Amino acid sequence: MNRINQKLQENKKILSIYFSAGYPNLDDTVQIIQDLEKNGVDMIEIGLPFSDPLADGPTIQASSTTALQNGMTSQILFDQLKDIRKTVSIPLVIMGYFNPMLQYGVEAFCQKCAEIGIDGLIIPDLPVDVYAEEYKATFDKYGLKNIFLITPQTSEERIRFIDSVSDGFIYMVSSASVTGSQSGFGNTQETYFKRIADMNLKNPQIIGFGISNQETFNQATQFAKGAIIGSAFITHLKENGSGKIESFVKTIR
Amino acid sequence: MSYNVNEKGYYGEFGGAYIPEMLYPNVEELRQKYLEITAQPDFIKEFEQLLKDYVGRPSPLYFAKRLSEKYNTKIYLKREDLNHTGAHKINNTIGQILVAKKLGKKRIIAETGAGQHGVATATVCALMGLECIVYMGEIDIKRQAPNVARMKMLGAEVRPALSGSRTLKDATNEAIRDWINNPVDTHYIIGSAIGPHPYPDMVTRFQSIISEEIKWQLQEKEGRENPDYVVACIGGGSNAAGTFYHFLDEEKVGIIAVEAAGKGVDSGHSAATSKLGKIGIIHGCKTLLMQTPDGQITEPYSISAGLDYPGVGPMHAHLAQTGRAEFYSVTDDDAMESGLELCKLEGIIPAIESSHALAVLKERKFKPTDVVVISLSGRGDKDLNTYIDYFKL
Repeated sequence: MNRINQKLQENKKILSIYFSAGYPNLDDTVQIIQDLEKNGVDMIEIGLPFSDPLADGPTIQASSTTALQNGMTSQILFDQLKDIRKTVSIPLVIMGYFNPMLQYGVEAFCQKCAEIGIDGLIIPDLPVDVYAEEYKATFDKYGLKNIFLITPQTSEERIRFIDSVSDGFIYMVSSASVTGSQSGFGNTQETYFKRIADMNLKNPQIIGFGISNQETFNQATQFAKGAIIGSAFITHLKENGSGKIESFVKTIR
Repeated sequence: MSYNVNEKGYYGEFGGAYIPEMLYPNVEELRQKYLEITAQPDFIKEFEQLLKDYVGRPSPLYFAKRLSEKYNTKIYLKREDLNHTGAHKINNTIGQILVAKKLGKKRIIAETGAGQHGVATATVCALMGLECIVYMGEIDIKRQAPNVARMKMLGAEVRPALSGSRTLKDATNEAIRDWINNPVDTHYIIGSAIGPHPYPDMVTRFQSIISEEIKWQLQEKEGRENPDYVVACIGGGSNAAGTFYHFLDEEKVGIIAVEAAGKGVDSGHSAATSKLGKIGIIHGCKTLLMQTPDGQITEPYSISAGLDYPGVGPMHAHLAQTGRAEFYSVTDDDAMESGLELCKLEGIIPAIESSHALAVLKERKFKPTDVVVISLSGRGDKDLNTYIDYFKL
């Protein structure tokens, strides 16, 4: 069974952390992943940096830019991760924009992910209909889960469609925004979280965008299986370097 | 073969809508409604009225006698430079602002490089009394101060794009991020024939007035609707799309697209996407774009800010791939010389973008009997500083 499905069956709220591979330093990737697992993080989204990250706010844009300046590429990331499964057992997901994957070759990219032990991909600019038609067979062949986003504006019909194509979890974007652009959830978000929870989807939901501390993590996980922290962790890396991951995770739970 | 968009939003293998889910409701709303809205009689009436009384259309099709003598062929210039705001860009912003009103949007955003599309957007927002925010790269804001001032006078807010290379590509990213953050009340007026479907087709349709007029104007002047060649400069490709549109299926009409070679196609400072680009995804569509082997989008270069874009509209990528259009690349130097030549021969100061189209006359031989229509996409007022620096005027 895929590590994602297995993890989601555990009777606990999932804490997932996003970071940009190659940030703050090119070779920090493996150490950051190991430290996150050691400190009790349940799942990791490894950001593949892109020159034009449309859905990201300033924090992740800046970390992407630095990672690219540090020399990060798809191939270097794969090389860094080649022995990751010797030391890390939690689910690992690569999150990145579609163009670098297209240039690597979608099949070659998937094959590489499978070899390394990557469990899934999140590709914000690969629409679900294009995926279903052109790429699902390849993802399935290599046992990779493709994770789709839904937002407060996504129609019920489309959520049902995304649920039907997904087999892992649904990435629930907390509000209409790019990453890292709000603090705290109000009634609007809670109503939305509850609405989705009441849909009884087959895939569990994990909430991302706007989760930055224990309070927002707890709010989100009242309604969903887990939550993803990205920008707040990048800010922590920026301020503290990659050596103090324990202190960050402890502030969340 | 069809050179137009298919039901799914593709031109051959190019196009589509590669957008984050956050943009899906907006883009889908537009996709479902743009054809219906633009076919409504009251929409057509208002659009045509504004193009006539406000923009000043039809723009003349001018027989350039001295230029024709020099190159020993029959050259007509389609005078988009005489439009209100000084370029073809206003054709599209008029159309899109009317669509935005029909969709009930209250707030307009746009991206701009040189500022022409920003000015055209600010203009129609003033006309319709809608809030207008224009994203512009921090570097372009410094390079294009007069257009920044124009936008402000017209009531728009100009927001600097501070990310990446701080030019047009980044301004587009910022506009897209704004749209993600404001999904309900905002319409994004894209200025070029790029972006997710239906934008390339919608922009092309609004700009197609250019080729529609060429047809009847040429009928009046030459007794035939079709020229032997139509020529246009191409960055993202809105002017070219409008100039080519009604000739795409007229096989006897040669289509010539002129890109910016910058300091030379292989100099590392170029915007010749058809030669340097590979298929990929930029700003929501699959098309030819300049990128590293790892798929990072690279910075183009051209002396002309309007051609300084790392991609090309999906319609044009298809025209290049199928060979329906001839693609030429013109250097900064050749474009500047051709611009100055038009000043001296015809008394018209062209935009540097349009000067690229004119420079094809040096690159390619036409027969004396050929009728060649060149789209003069804009006027050169905005480029005066560049002309001054270049020619030490």
